[in-house]
Amino acid sequence: MSLKRPFTREQRMTVIYGMIAFILILVILQLWLLTATMNAYLGGDEGVIWPAAAASILCLLLNTGLLRYLYFIERVRR
Amino acid sequence: MKESQFHRDESRETLDARVNTPEREGLTGTTPSDAYSPVRDPEQITRPPDGLPLHHQPQWRKDFPIDWPQDHYVARRDFAKFMVLTSAAFAVGQLWIGMQNVWRRHRGTPPIRRIASLSALPVGGSLVFQYPGPHDDCLLIRTASDKLLAYSQKCTHLSCAVVCNVEEGVIRCPCHEGLFDLHTGRKIAGPPPRPLPRITLDVRGADVYATGVEWRTI
Repeated sequence: MSLKRPFTREQRMTVIYGMIAFILILVILQLWLLTATMNAYLGGDEGVIWPAAAASILCLLLNTGLLRYLYFIERVRR
Repeated sequence: MKESQFHRDESRETLDARVNTPEREGLTGTTPSDAYSPVRDPEQITRPPDGLPLHHQPQWRKDFPIDWPQDHYVARRDFAKFMVLTSAAFAVGQLWIGMQNVWRRHRGTPPIRRIASLSALPVGGSLVFQYPGPHDDCLLIRTASDKLLAYSQKCTHLSCAVVCNVEEGVIRCPCHEGLFDLHTGRKIAGPPPRPLPRITLDVRGADVYATGVEWRTI
């Protein structure tokens, strides 16, 4: 039986390389946010804590969405 | 099924590293149920890492015919999953800082506490006291008869105990050679990322009181 997917395996390989690059950029941004926020918290600057947390959660949602898309394009349609 | 259906496509046959090869049919037990089917999903046709046809591959690759392209794909997918997990950990860390901040605000300002008497501290001298908690060591420094300074003794780099040098006008961290200005507590040199937290003081008669902690980022 022939299995149908939105993309071939080679195409999905290209997609996942782009996705990993995007996820890595977001994770590095989150790491920077975490260190900057910790420095601000230890220095008594409370103004940046919740905006930075919101930005980090937004990055997490983007990453989760990308991962969901990866599983979406792997789905087999008969 | 007829034999002619199995090996009609020469290019597919040379790329197929499964056990459907002459004299090795079904030996490793990894053959999918449709291995001998004339119609195959193109994604089940594997390719060895060096790209050479099957009859040029070493015997061990023929014995363990894994699906290399799929293996590469799954490895990258797992890496992406791990990075998303790392992303979640960073987001949890941000929330943890937020909760710590809420807890710090809930505790309020530290109480006013007597820490020393002026007569016990000569000009150019220093002493260690604990404020606001019993484990929060601080330095009280008398630079002139009418000038008192107090800072947290924990270096802002890695919390080593700093020592003051009144003659040179610096506070020094011996662990990594961090230097702070004695009069402001700001960093002069070394790895500390922030100034030393300043303890606000109040002199009442002959006694010195600590009234609060001033956290600073610059």
